[in-house]
Amino acid sequence: MLDLAYEPPKPKVISGARHDWELVIGMEVHAQVASKAKLFSGASTAFGAEPNSNVSFVDAAMPGMLPVINEFCIEQAVRTGLGLKARINLVSAFDRKNYFYPDLPQGYQISQLYHPLVGEGEVLVDMAPGVARRVRIERIHVEQDAGKSIHDMDPAMSFVDLNRTGVALMEIVSRPDIRGPEEAAAYLTKLRQIMRYLGTCEGNMQSGNLRADVNVSVCRPGAYEKFIETGDPGHLGTRCEIKNMNSMRFIQQAIDYEARRQIALLEEGGEVVQETRLYDPDRGETRSMRSKEEAHDYRYFPDPDLLPLELEQDWVDAIADSLPELPDAKKARFVADYGLTEYDAGVLTAEVAAADYFEQVADGRDGKQAANWVINELFGRLKKDEREITESPVSPAQLGGIIDLIASGDISGKIAKELFEIVYAEGGDPAEIVEARGMRQVTDTGAIEAEVDRIIAENPAQVEKARANPKVAGWFVGQVMKATGGKANPKAVNDIVAAKLGL
Amino acid sequence: MSIDTRTAAHVAHLARIRVEQDELPALAEEFNRILGFIEELNEVDVEGVEPMVSVTPMRLKRRDDTVTDGGMPERVLSNAPDAREGFFAVPKVVE
Repeated sequence: MLDLAYEPPKPKVISGARHDWELVIGMEVHAQVASKAKLFSGASTAFGAEPNSNVSFVDAAMPGMLPVINEFCIEQAVRTGLGLKARINLVSAFDRKNYFYPDLPQGYQISQLYHPLVGEGEVLVDMAPGVARRVRIERIHVEQDAGKSIHDMDPAMSFVDLNRTGVALMEIVSRPDIRGPEEAAAYLTKLRQIMRYLGTCEGNMQSGNLRADVNVSVCRPGAYEKFIETGDPGHLGTRCEIKNMNSMRFIQQAIDYEARRQIALLEEGGEVVQETRLYDPDRGETRSMRSKEEAHDYRYFPDPDLLPLELEQDWVDAIADSLPELPDAKKARFVADYGLTEYDAGVLTAEVAAADYFEQVADGRDGKQAANWVINELFGRLKKDEREITESPVSPAQLGGIIDLIASGDISGKIAKELFEIVYAEGGDPAEIVEARGMRQVTDTGAIEAEVDRIIAENPAQVEKARANPKVAGWFVGQVMKATGGKANPKAVNDIVAAKLGL
Repeated sequence: MSIDTRTAAHVAHLARIRVEQDELPALAEEFNRILGFIEELNEVDVEGVEPMVSVTPMRLKRRDDTVTDGGMPERVLSNAPDAREGFFAVPKVVE
């Protein structure tokens, strides 16, 4: 695999009233596994169904119902682990995490505390061309999602929908390697990208498919390096956990607010209390969830309904063999094979569908030119219409056809943009459109010469000016282009104008 | 390890079981007897012995990823003390 070289980014520094401070951030990302059925029941995972319609008696925790594990969910979690270069534990086990909440009918969540399915891995978090942070993954465990409580449908009651209850989640736990709000968002973006490449999580943040708990602490410059050297968390500040965020923007705002809150507290001689906090986007602040503190006594114990999960190495190897090319490798290959800048390669590989589209356009053509057309024209146009690449009205073959017409000299770059608009709006074969609408570039020097002669004859004053100042020749080129409806080959026109004016 | 009435009250609260103040000493005593029994088991030397999770050599049973269940909201809700518009209705819980 090709690898690009990266420098780590500088940590974010916040100036307090007295000193400078740095941030140390660790994240727990809950990613919903892309599967048809739930982790331990045969009910559907489809989003947006009628309330309580995707609920089996297992999910509703009716007495006597027993969980049976969905093997595909495990496969998906293993695939995710392999995509994060993580160790897969061939033996893992499920534990009960006990707490009461109306949207958790069992009274416990089946999770993996003691023996997670996936061990240590890492994610390369791109910040800018040549700059990336390596964030270590501590573990990934598989667990059940909870249901949903709705508090605004009735003044006195909360309404509970168990459709999400029991859907498989992967909890991806990072080490405290993230050093600023932007890095936190970039980390989540990268995880999402990798999981979308793998097909293991749809990563739709609006529908709550990807949620993050963020642990934030602050320390003085130099303390983090001591922590890395010694592994002693005593060098770091006390952390607070901000729960359950599903917006990149709010995550950054919450981290920034929380860091500044802690700094102000410390500089006034106070102490940060380790606690769970909630971000309120309307007020732009985090506040303590005191009620959660007592509930932290989860009394985990091994789930007696489930035997340990034992995997065969062959099964894991087969999943490893089926992994697609992942974003880092694809990006490096685009840089090496197509001569793209890292930035453009990054844009093209953000979504696998866009990368595939580009490769079809670039096949047998100039890679840089293909990238320019895909990024500047196509992406720009799609964005204007809020369309996804998969909804593009212009196919890779059509876009490739337009590029071919430029390469063969049949049309100029300017006409190509008009042609692109026509193909985008009306469809059709680019070469046929050029033929049918007379868009072909005039390369016939005789025709161009005739135009140049005519314009020179009609504008003797301009000819004088041009002889005094060669820059005025541009005026003649413009007149010829105008007279030919932009179809004259600009280079040919330039040459002929210069020759006729004797420049 | 000894359980006092405060710990007993805490455990009762975590389990959402109402225990009156005058019942707590007896409950704490019961906990202590159970823990005493466990401590006796702790005296057995199990160094190097794999924990036994099943008496028969069984592999965790797996299921395919197919939708085979659900689609019965009225049955799911039929035991609910209060249900409205397809939801379970519970006393307001909000952070």
